[in-house]
Amino acid sequence: MSFKRLWAMLHARNLEFFRDRSALGWNFLFPFLIVAGFGIIFGGKDYSEYKVGVFPSQSEIVSMKDIDLPSGFKETRFIKFIGFVSFEDGAERLKHHKIDFLVKAGSPSHEYWVSGTSPKGYIVEKLFKASLFPENKNIAEKMEVRGKEIRYIDWLFPGILAMNMMFSALWGVGYVVVRYRKTGVLKRLNATPLTAFEYLSAQILSRIFILMFTLAAVWIGCSLFFSFKVEGSYFDLFLIFLTGSICLSAYGLVIAARGTSEEFTSGVVNFITWPMMFLSEVWFSLEGSPRWVKLIAKLFPLTHMLSAVRKVMNDGARLADVTPELAVLIFMTAISIAVGAALFSWNK
Amino acid sequence: MNYLLEIKNLVKKYKEVVAVDDISFSIRQGICFGLIGPNGAGKTTTIEMVEDIIPPTSGEILYKGKPRSSLFKQEVGIQFQQTTLLSSLTLRETLNTFKNLYNDPADIEEIIDICNLRDIQKRLNDRISGGQKQRLMLALAMINKPELLFLDEPSTGLDPQARRNLWSIVQKIKERGNTIILTTHYMEEAQRLCDEIAIMDNGRIIAEGTPDQLIKEHCKGVTVILPRNSIKIPLSSLPFRFREINGRIEIRTNDINSCLNTLLSENADLTEMIVRSPNLENVFLNLTGKQLRE
Repeated sequence: MSFKRLWAMLHARNLEFFRDRSALGWNFLFPFLIVAGFGIIFGGKDYSEYKVGVFPSQSEIVSMKDIDLPSGFKETRFIKFIGFVSFEDGAERLKHHKIDFLVKAGSPSHEYWVSGTSPKGYIVEKLFKASLFPENKNIAEKMEVRGKEIRYIDWLFPGILAMNMMFSALWGVGYVVVRYRKTGVLKRLNATPLTAFEYLSAQILSRIFILMFTLAAVWIGCSLFFSFKVEGSYFDLFLIFLTGSICLSAYGLVIAARGTSEEFTSGVVNFITWPMMFLSEVWFSLEGSPRWVKLIAKLFPLTHMLSAVRKVMNDGARLADVTPELAVLIFMTAISIAVGAALFSWNK
Repeated sequence: MNYLLEIKNLVKKYKEVVAVDDISFSIRQGICFGLIGPNGAGKTTTIEMVEDIIPPTSGEILYKGKPRSSLFKQEVGIQFQQTTLLSSLTLRETLNTFKNLYNDPADIEEIIDICNLRDIQKRLNDRISGGQKQRLMLALAMINKPELLFLDEPSTGLDPQARRNLWSIVQKIKERGNTIILTTHYMEEAQRLCDEIAIMDNGRIIAEGTPDQLIKEHCKGVTVILPRNSIKIPLSSLPFRFREINGRIEIRTNDINSCLNTLLSENADLTEMIVRSPNLENVFLNLTGKQLRE
């Protein structure tokens, strides 16, 4: 093991990354744009969850004062009303799930249409029916949740950062090393005294540095626009992200171990990243999902990293509280490094 | 005799294909040894087994009389036929990166001068011409002051000027006393640079020796070429074997003096006469019945 050789490769790889302006820009811009986009969509007052078509209406923008609908329904939050000239126009949109519910304004019998296969339509139907009866405040007792509010953006933000880390680690280690093997870079390096352990260590360390650097830059950049609330310690968050980035880079190592086909590697990376993105609670919670879905999610390092990060960021947990997640990440890292190193080949 | 490198009964099989078929040769210190042969002859497979890039199926490779140790890669320099380098690095940065992979590297300034890279050292290594890239590859192969230098088809794809430029650099390296193993299918390159040659075909060595020995042994005589109209007498009366190609007469002879005397006695015009000595291309043709670049 020579630190001089390891450092030479680490330095060269970092130069490569930071000089590739397009890749560098995208690594910073991508998470920032997603956070900014979702911040605007979910943070704005105009956000609506359900779309209700109303006819007859001369314009698409419905004047809530003039339209004849049950007042309880009109005042329901998170519903956007869209006007249609005729029933046919509205029904066409309903059929294609562009709206969730269609109602005839001024109808004495409160005529409405809903798609039997639309979950949102079902909810709006319940809301519509409930609005036809006077509200009985004595039936149910409303209690306010006490404590600090967790905004959606505060919940989503670590997910976006972790997702960006995942993509960067798997593509940056897995795909890049396979490309090097295909083009003969690895063969040239194999002709030198550089060992596989030194080379792979340099690749992983370089990627970890890039991941953490990107994380810090994107965090600072996003903080200028959104005031994120961190209940726990920044240092604990740093340690969790660091452990996660090591684990994800080690996953990349397994992908990088063999092969020369960029197309095949691209498929493998997509095969791993897409389920990980959807099942690791980056975008939505798996609460209430089938048990097997939750079990699959447990196989992904992103799940454990995000769980730990959100506990610290949203709930103020300490490092000791996220020991199980960290232990799983370290275990997964050890397995990935062992498998990746055992399978690694310089040649085609 | 003490050899720097000894190859004994080397075999490489890929499933049903025998790429290298039981070859043996030895290389003395300080010479340039050429492995020549057509594409697919097994030259690159042989050299890559010796370089320790691919494992042999069987056979023995001795470096300084012993099996290669971990030090082997510290003491040899390798230029592959085709290589891509780390992108977005300048030539100087690339040389520095490789320099740091060795325990006892060369002086980078000296290497830059030998390989004529001074003017382009700050250019990115993916923005240089083919000739400049080959010079960079040669510089990388020299970065560890190698005792043994492998050059695999170093001038393939280069224009004639770049090729001659590269040859002069290799000549300089030879003069420094480095041992060189060179593969090529350019006969001029082999004749100009190599002290000893092994000719390969279909995975086997079919002839071995110095270029002069091989030519003397396998190609006797010279070829005299004249324009058809320079001979005034009927061709059928010429007392030697000849053939007529594109308005020219080619006469193969083992006795150039008597051939020229005969032509002069018949008042042939020798103004445009060409006398061609045999070369390694002819050696290969005579040995295998096919051209090297077929």
